[in-house]
Amino acid sequence: MKLLYFASIRQGIGASAENVDPPTDVRTVGALVDWLAARGQPYAAVLADRTRVKAAVNETHAGFDTPIAPKDTVAFFPPVTGG
Amino acid sequence: MIRVQTGPFDLAAEMAALTQGRADLGAVVSFSGLVRGEADGRPLKALTLEHYPAMTEKALQEIEREAVARFALSASLVIHRVGRLEPGEPIVLVIAAAPHRGDAFAGAEFLMDWLKTKAPFWKYEETDAGGAWVDARETDDARARRWD
Repeated sequence: MKLLYFASIRQGIGASAENVDPPTDVRTVGALVDWLAARGQPYAAVLADRTRVKAAVNETHAGFDTPIAPKDTVAFFPPVTGG
Repeated sequence: MIRVQTGPFDLAAEMAALTQGRADLGAVVSFSGLVRGEADGRPLKALTLEHYPAMTEKALQEIEREAVARFALSASLVIHRVGRLEPGEPIVLVIAAAPHRGDAFAGAEFLMDWLKTKAPFWKYEETDAGGAWVDARETDDARARRWD
């Protein structure tokens, strides 16, 4: 599964992208966030405030309930500030 | 028409390009967003815009389709810059054209409210106190919800 990180989340994790292999019971965006946070630092600190963690699955806005599959691209980023 | 670019844009040139040769436009509304010279009461040195390219393209196309359908726009243009910008520089341009001004004004505002709350861009401000990511505003979300 390809993960992308942007803005303050990218800075906090220290990478703009990585490939991960979560267990098969990680089936939603929310479960993926929990699994990443459980890896320890810096993930736990960066993902601690879930209200400031937004996601996109295959370039479409997603919620924590959105299902994910191994071939998906999941991006994590803070609330947007464009315009 | 959607563009994401690092270079500046010229409002007059974009207006001319959009309206040239068209006899069906009665109302053309534009909004330009500029880099303000201060952040948190301090002089701003630079504003840097980061974005998610693949998602921006997809999302901007969708929102333009919705704006055109919803407000019967005859033409529209969204330009959003990325990269490092200095105070006074233009960041974003929205032009909405329709037969009458109600739709043109509403279409432009709708596009801007959407850009503020859904478009995948993030702003980083540099002052003499260092750098910080801009926080999203609840007021922007409230404005965007008006269109639901």
